[in-house]
Amino acid sequence: MKKFSVKTIVAIGIGAALFFVLGRFVAIPSPVPNTSISVQYGLLAFLSVVYGPLAGALVGLIGHTLIDFSNGWGIWWSWIIASGVFGLLMGLAAKVLKMNEAEIGKKGLIKFNIAQVVCHLVCWMVIAPVLDVYMMGEPWDKLIAQGLMSGIANAVTTAIVGSLLCVAYAATKTKAGSLTKE
Amino acid sequence: MTNLFNYIDRPSPIHRLTGASKLVCLIAWSVAAMTSFYTPLLVALTVAALVLFRVAKLRAKDISFMLGIMIVYIALNNVLIFLFSPNHGTELYGSRTVLIPLPGRYDITAEQLFYHLNVILKNACTIPIVLLFICTTNPSEFAASLNRIGVSYRVSYAVALALRYIPDVQREYHDISLAQQARGTEMSKKASLINRLKAASSILIPLILSSMDRIETISNAMELRGFGKEKKRTWYSARPFSKADIAGMVVCLLLVVLSLLLTYLNGGRYYNPFMK
Repeated sequence: MKKFSVKTIVAIGIGAALFFVLGRFVAIPSPVPNTSISVQYGLLAFLSVVYGPLAGALVGLIGHTLIDFSNGWGIWWSWIIASGVFGLLMGLAAKVLKMNEAEIGKKGLIKFNIAQVVCHLVCWMVIAPVLDVYMMGEPWDKLIAQGLMSGIANAVTTAIVGSLLCVAYAATKTKAGSLTKE
Repeated sequence: MTNLFNYIDRPSPIHRLTGASKLVCLIAWSVAAMTSFYTPLLVALTVAALVLFRVAKLRAKDISFMLGIMIVYIALNNVLIFLFSPNHGTELYGSRTVLIPLPGRYDITAEQLFYHLNVILKNACTIPIVLLFICTTNPSEFAASLNRIGVSYRVSYAVALALRYIPDVQREYHDISLAQQARGTEMSKKASLINRLKAASSILIPLILSSMDRIETISNAMELRGFGKEKKRTWYSARPFSKADIAGMVVCLLLVVLSLLLTYLNGGRYYNPFMK
């Protein structure tokens, strides 16, 4: 296994704590039961871009497990795994598309949003339902409805929250070549 | 806040088990319950889970809140399954015994009811064990247990950090939220959904940017203390395995074997009482 740097470990820990607090206390109920609109996926997408795929995957896994622990509705491994995969895919997408979090312009935001929509669709329409069908034997139609609802809701909140975060974070970073010779 | 994870400190045989062995048992139990649709096994697991609850000296009062969420959750889940696939049971068991004819495809069949029973049992045998784990495992022992069962100590330490910083992040969230409300941000139910999302963002950005600074500070502090230099790490809350721990883990791992064996002997995952 690749050695994590100390900074990545801390980022995973604090990231999971943020993911937990957002998911546990800022959830907005949605029309489909047992599924809520969660702002934490915007954060997860952002952290995956900044700290890479493995950090993203672990933030998703740890954060989501802690939310399930604390809520007492049981642990839904299928959805936890889907959260982890979302972080992983976003991190990989950021590498492949060469997104640079310090200088995210219009082009970067478009890339970020296309990547996050694709990742959300893969996670909530494919990974979570397939795992649920296999583990819990629930019917497809119902899972697809739940997956579609949460996929769309997560993609919308990621588009708003994630993009805002990327822009705000880029503004705090010093850009390459920002010094000019007088 | 002190009890976000619902840990209840009370002397009982289950509390005395180490966190690591309880984690192994939890995972094995979940796997056994997830792989099987063999109804008698699910019934046995549910009964066993309830017995373990008694052994852990947990009272209904301790978990009434979580129990409420769980019952609502199971009920909604079943209603949803029935609404979307009222004939799922018929497809699974390959026969159709109509009990109450209803218009459209919503006939109530014995197969569908039996399938719902299985879904409920599956939830009923895993959720109590999760509650049991949560109520009897000290959160600070959790990271040490992860390391014990083979997760790298760097990842375990990330879990410990998350548990350590949840209260801090929560407090900061609360402070920023109050500050934004003082500046006129509306986030109660009166605001529209879009406005509430916007209001959430106005809290998130300061919260996350300040957390990024916090990451810098903590990682510098850890680096200065030489974190990550050695291959191994000891944990303050780690305890050695006792005989009861080993026995518990063996029983739970045997459950997994039993579950797989029953699936194999049954010739499929679904126990079918309708087949003649």
